[in-house]
Amino acid sequence: MTLTQIGGRVLRSRAVAALTSPHGVDRYLEQINPMWAAHEVRARVVSVAREVDVAGHPPVATLTLQPTSTWRGHRAGQHVQLGVEIDGARRTTRVFSVSSPESRTGDRITITLRANPGGRVSRFLVERAEPGTVVHLTQAQGDFVLPDRVPEHVLMISGGSGITPVMSMLRTLQRRTHRGRITFLHYAQSPEHQIFATELDEVRRSGHGIDVHLLHPELGDPNLSPAFLERLVPGYRDVPTWACGPAPMIEAVRAAYDGSDALRLEYFKPPRTGSGAAGGELVFERSGRTATNTGASLLEQAEAAGLTPEFGCRMGICFSCTSRKTEGTVRNVLTGAESSLPDEDIQICVNAPVGDCAIEL
Amino acid sequence: MKLTKEELDRFGEEMDAIRRRVLDDLGEEDAAYIRNVVKTQRAFEVAGRALFYLPPAWPLAVASLSISKILDNMEIGHNVMHGQYDWMGDPALSSRMYEWDNVCPSEQWKYSHNYIHHTYTNILGKDRDIGYGILRMDEDQPWHPYYLGNPVYAFLLMVFFEWGVAMHDLEVENIVAGRRKMSENKALHAGIMRKVKRQALKDYVLFPALTGPLFPMTLAGNATANLVRNIWAFNIIFCGHFPAGVATFSQEECEDESRGQWYYRQLLGSANITGGKLFHLMTGNLSHQIEHHLFPDLPARRYPEIAIEVREICERYGLAYNTGPLRKQLGSVAAKICRLALPDRRRTTSDAPVAAEPVAA
Repeated sequence: MTLTQIGGRVLRSRAVAALTSPHGVDRYLEQINPMWAAHEVRARVVSVAREVDVAGHPPVATLTLQPTSTWRGHRAGQHVQLGVEIDGARRTTRVFSVSSPESRTGDRITITLRANPGGRVSRFLVERAEPGTVVHLTQAQGDFVLPDRVPEHVLMISGGSGITPVMSMLRTLQRRTHRGRITFLHYAQSPEHQIFATELDEVRRSGHGIDVHLLHPELGDPNLSPAFLERLVPGYRDVPTWACGPAPMIEAVRAAYDGSDALRLEYFKPPRTGSGAAGGELVFERSGRTATNTGASLLEQAEAAGLTPEFGCRMGICFSCTSRKTEGTVRNVLTGAESSLPDEDIQICVNAPVGDCAIEL
Repeated sequence: MKLTKEELDRFGEEMDAIRRRVLDDLGEEDAAYIRNVVKTQRAFEVAGRALFYLPPAWPLAVASLSISKILDNMEIGHNVMHGQYDWMGDPALSSRMYEWDNVCPSEQWKYSHNYIHHTYTNILGKDRDIGYGILRMDEDQPWHPYYLGNPVYAFLLMVFFEWGVAMHDLEVENIVAGRRKMSENKALHAGIMRKVKRQALKDYVLFPALTGPLFPMTLAGNATANLVRNIWAFNIIFCGHFPAGVATFSQEECEDESRGQWYYRQLLGSANITGGKLFHLMTGNLSHQIEHHLFPDLPARRYPEIAIEVREICERYGLAYNTGPLRKQLGSVAAKICRLALPDRRRTTSDAPVAAEPVAA
């Protein structure tokens, strides 16, 4: 056991928790050094490198992060919630996939992201973050991961910046010197927009059972379709597949796989389909406002009613928006599951009311 | 009411305008301020705990720890739990998460203070902070021989203030009166006991034990620091609503209150204390009780600047603005506690809300 591990054990002990009650030991450690933590995870930006910089288009950058010793590592394909304090005041949290290969306790990681014109966090990270900037992290999350025993043949499909989790998988498999076959299929706007272009080019040329297909439909390459997939990977529906990208691509992949359980998906925005049923009355109890249920998520309907509920990821991950539903039925737009329990804490960003509903907002 | 309905509406709009302006202006300076106060509090706390190892420095240790507890409870705890810094998105300064160095669990305090006291300020029979259920603080509370002990109860409440605040939520007076069932307190009991255990373990067992043979000295020091905080907080808080000239209201006159009327009641139901910057900090800016009651969720460091505008508005509308130095406000409160111990001599003075005489600062 190293000294750091012993220190960590002590700092996480019940005795230290009792001594630092009610604030907790992290509230003291952070006063000395923001990179000292016993429970929370933070990271220092080590470097910011532009991946793609096409004039007139939002740039893409890779940030190398040194997490605190509390970082427990990640499995290839997982994401983190990353919070930044813009202008030193308002912490805003968004979700980003880790693009570096699987990591262990305290290892450096990278995230790769596009500075979305309307994205406060992504623009801050790409345009304003610099070495030394400290950001807030969660532990790695998500089930979009490679299994411990990797199948003989795997297919990875990604679009745009959805390449990041599958890139982590590809890099991990390369590092593990995976002997099986990998088909790597990526859609980008143009070769200029290609993220990780140099690295993917090297992978393609070195061979080793990795087929890299970089496609640019806007320049005439074939769109994603069952016929195209069948030509590329005969019997693709039975090949374990990981797909990540924007909603239209995900929908196309979902249709092409027709319910096959070989397909695993990761998407950036909750799908619009399967939301709640419109009609009925929505009651916001604390503010005393009411609205006619439009079938959109409770968060969107609350905002439309002029309320400003707390939120973070807006995609059902961070639980910042959790609020108490006192009565009524809600449908989780991610899973389609309905629940009618009274006094239930729900994530309002991914729950839509079905008929009448009352919520403490 | 002294103001016409139109005047009250305009008065309310002027108050709303102040609120909006400050909200729009919140940013880096406010964030830096509260973080700096937290840093200062943590430093005093650590210094206080450490100085107990030096027996001659005992008074200094007690002073440090007292300052730490006062800052924690007042400028940080009270204000953070009002949601004054929720806009920062920092879990360490969030009203949903913050727990203070005090035996009263924050969750229960937020209900009785933020909701009951701040919504029904100075409405007899609604605002349980009028006398905390044990004192007679208003002529309209019917006299009973029990109240002969008013000054004694007040003294005991001062000495055991944090315990009084914790017990406050149990609404013992309502149980005695048969308006509340013991069973309703079950969950509250559990919460209070959990918090009491943690606070007692830290202050009366663990930290004293860590100083070895100095155990009794450290124990006495920690108890003294808690006592100092109790006395200070009690005195500041009692100057907030009980000095002569502060109005109380009946439930009937507060029915269907407009926004303007609400502001009017908050203004006439509160009193300020004059003093310097350090004094305001140590009171958690409750020395600006009027501004705090008008705008409970605006960062308290803004109250001094807001006060200038509020006073100007009050002058224009001919409304009383109750303020004075600590000794004067305290003297007035002490006189009231003693006077109300006895049955009313002049029944004519007991008519409900009289606007206070303006008091020169």
